[in-house]
Amino acid sequence: MHDTTGHADRQYSRRIFLQQGLTFFSLTATAPLFIDRTALAIAGPMSSLLSSRPGVPEDRVLVVVQLGGGNDGLNTVIPFGAPEYYRMRPGLAIPEPGRGGAGNAAALAIDQSRGLGLHPNMAPFKELMDDGVASIVQGVGYPNPNRSHFASMDIWHTADTSGRGVGWLGRYFDNCCAGAPDPDAAISIGRTAPLAMIGQTQQPVSFETAELFRWAGAELDPRLAGTYDGITRHEMPATGAAGAPDAIDPQLAFLTRTTLDAQISSDRIRAAVAKRPLAEWPRGALADQLRLVSAMIRDGLATRVYYVSLGGFDTHANQTGQHANLLGQLATSLRAFHRELRAQGNSGRVLTMVFSEFGRRVAQNASGGTDHGTAAPMYLVGDMVRPGLLGTHPSMSGLEQGDLVHTVDFRHVYASVLAHWMKADAAKVLGGRFEPAQILRA
Amino acid sequence: MPEPSLKPLRPDRFGFAEAQHLLQRAGFGGTPQQIQALAELGLDRAVEFIVDYQRIGREPVPADAFDRDIMRPADAEERTELRQARARGDEAVLEAFRMERQRRQQLDRQQFAALQRWWMKRIIETPAPLEEKMTLFWHGHFATAYRPIEDSYHLFMQNRLFREHAVGSFRSLVHGIIRDPAMLAYLNNNQNNRRRPNENLARELMELFTLGEGNVYTEQDIREAARALTGYTFDDDDFIFREGQHDSGEKTLFGRRGQWNGADLVELILSNAVVAEFICSKLYRYFVSDAAEGWSRDARSFVQRLAGRFRDAKFEIAPVLKAIFRSEHFYDGVNRAAQIKSPVQLAVQLVRQLHTPVRSLDTLVQACAMMGQDLFQPPSVKGWDGGRAWINTSTLFVRQNLAVYLLTGRRPGGTAWERDGAEFDAMPLLDPVLRGTAGSGTQDVCAYLLRTLLGRPPADPRLRQVEAFVDACGGRFDNQVLIGVLTLITALPEYQLC
Repeated sequence: MHDTTGHADRQYSRRIFLQQGLTFFSLTATAPLFIDRTALAIAGPMSSLLSSRPGVPEDRVLVVVQLGGGNDGLNTVIPFGAPEYYRMRPGLAIPEPGRGGAGNAAALAIDQSRGLGLHPNMAPFKELMDDGVASIVQGVGYPNPNRSHFASMDIWHTADTSGRGVGWLGRYFDNCCAGAPDPDAAISIGRTAPLAMIGQTQQPVSFETAELFRWAGAELDPRLAGTYDGITRHEMPATGAAGAPDAIDPQLAFLTRTTLDAQISSDRIRAAVAKRPLAEWPRGALADQLRLVSAMIRDGLATRVYYVSLGGFDTHANQTGQHANLLGQLATSLRAFHRELRAQGNSGRVLTMVFSEFGRRVAQNASGGTDHGTAAPMYLVGDMVRPGLLGTHPSMSGLEQGDLVHTVDFRHVYASVLAHWMKADAAKVLGGRFEPAQILRA
Repeated sequence: MPEPSLKPLRPDRFGFAEAQHLLQRAGFGGTPQQIQALAELGLDRAVEFIVDYQRIGREPVPADAFDRDIMRPADAEERTELRQARARGDEAVLEAFRMERQRRQQLDRQQFAALQRWWMKRIIETPAPLEEKMTLFWHGHFATAYRPIEDSYHLFMQNRLFREHAVGSFRSLVHGIIRDPAMLAYLNNNQNNRRRPNENLARELMELFTLGEGNVYTEQDIREAARALTGYTFDDDDFIFREGQHDSGEKTLFGRRGQWNGADLVELILSNAVVAEFICSKLYRYFVSDAAEGWSRDARSFVQRLAGRFRDAKFEIAPVLKAIFRSEHFYDGVNRAAQIKSPVQLAVQLVRQLHTPVRSLDTLVQACAMMGQDLFQPPSVKGWDGGRAWINTSTLFVRQNLAVYLLTGRRPGGTAWERDGAEFDAMPLLDPVLRGTAGSGTQDVCAYLLRTLLGRPPADPRLRQVEAFVDACGGRFDNQVLIGVLTLITALPEYQLC
């Protein structure tokens, strides 16, 4: 399955590595040294010790935020120092700091010397950066970029430039917990599980809201709810085919057990969500999902990876207002999530990673929007991230067919998340060796 | 000894419960009346009725049921225009081409969704359920997914290929699959040429489609097989053999030297005895038992005998299926109500067994995806693992809630799913018991429903709970109470089994 791309990519990553030198990649995969701090932050350290599984760091959580549709990286991280930006986006460009006007707010400077800033609605995210708990990985992409939503999303999900195979997080679980997939190890908030979370054996739990993670019959008639409870809440001796109550039927025992687990998880998740959050939360789809995740983290679920998503970034027409709203939602939601986790004492054990399937073309189109492009930034939040602007912004003058050329392959970021954060064998999960990007504090 | 483990069931042992087992496993279950009719045919005629379905008049699947031109490749004129635009750096023309491609991709996704609905509808309505069940089997076996190939018509063509040989010749199927555009694209054989061989199809052809991982073949065989498959590609919707890309040199496959091509490769692979065992063990897992607790000695010996039958029948599938469905082993107590329903099995069986309204094909397709079985979209070339891999805490709720939806039209939380408001009249389900002499008290009716819907009695305390619900509702079965009981029965762990 991997023979079409492996060789070329390895060569490629080598070249990138040599270009970037030691600023972004390191030769030795050094473990971050904040483990002690993390351990102190956990409310009940015993619980995680008791549930420990070999090779799985029980106390570390990864939250993946997917921005669907292709977020416009150039109007998120603003290259206000590049004249090309203003020339190619006369109607869309965000003014450079200090040059804003009424109804046209200026970029927020984050690196004056390199001429880089943030969209004004990203102010809450800038706060996180100023606090040293957030970063932007610039110019992330992959070779021979695919501009189809479908295909490019699959490439990000499989970590394979052919977009084939099972998901990268699914493979992580297949590798770390082979043979005994933990039912709650991976939770995605949404209707169907994202490909990224699906492994050969790992199947993530997925639900849209806590209210939907329950039996719908309970809403029909209270008597039904009571009967259903009576049926499912007790682990009863499984009946064999002959009807003898003592005959052990392994399939039925498994189903009975999982039905009971589902009830317990459902109760637990709905109870967790019912608790008053510790921070102020904005409204919106992403905030709702992250609040749900924060509630589950607070409740101490054994979940290692959560997956949430926000759509609507496919801004082909009249982009300005739409995109500003989405970025505002993203930034305020991420800030609320971090504040909530900090108040819980969990901000040291939760790494949040934000990505989109591609960025958008440098030049605006005729409809006041932008078309599908290539490289774009990723965003990271957590006490453990190396804060600030990481890597190199793609060149604004050296475009390829009007598109940005990526400066880092996303699999280097995945490699770091896997090797340094999840303590997994990144090469095995990714099906190839990628130098981990230096995205975490040493 | 003459095939002791393929021994047929004694004809007088084939009653209602056996017919029910046959109809669930070889099909998607049915109403008590249908089961009774099958039972009355007797074992041999029932098995023939199921397997020799060509005799039944069924909807044809014409090649033009879907639009073949949505994803057509650029014609000569367009290619010239594109080349010239690239040469002079004409961004406007290039952009127009990109937009046109995006528009077609969007259209194709709509056709893909229509294709999913079409198959779901056919599975629900077919008078020949084994045709669909075997087509689904081959889809999982020669797994090909829409996403990387983005051509719905090619998947439709592949579905027709599986359908054509569903219970026919496995040999024809393998020869067909190395000429199938969807498969050739999915496993990159369209990039396999003599200068740069691509081993993807060659490897999976042996590992997943015919021999089984690590059986018989070596890495060297895979390299040689890839050479034999060079030049096997497609142009638009048709297989073509590009002689100029084919490596016509001598190759050594399984120790035999020759100027082998793809057809030779298939024959050389099929000459290995292990093929029959590999395919029969997959058929066994699909129809008899998913062997969740490992393979019993009985199961192993049964598969051995089946493989012998398969070889004798020169890779014809129907004789193997008949041997399975006639065998005493198939009807053995340990194999009854012991298999976890696939999502498609669950959804379709709910409709076929209870005669609920179909409500929304889209919803059924989406519910199956939520339960882990997205039609035409298996997670990888390995297909679906099946068995316990279908079940986790969230898929279990979807399974139960899908039943609530079909029975009542109510979606959990009332959000995204379609609501059609169609009332389900469940009362005909009770016709046999209300007209019969078995009694029509709460206990009799509950026992009857559980027996006909589960194929096994549930644990006693669960039965009592269901009865208590009926009593709490006044002890009378009207449509509403009956639907309530059905939501409970379909929520039982037992209902996940067939």
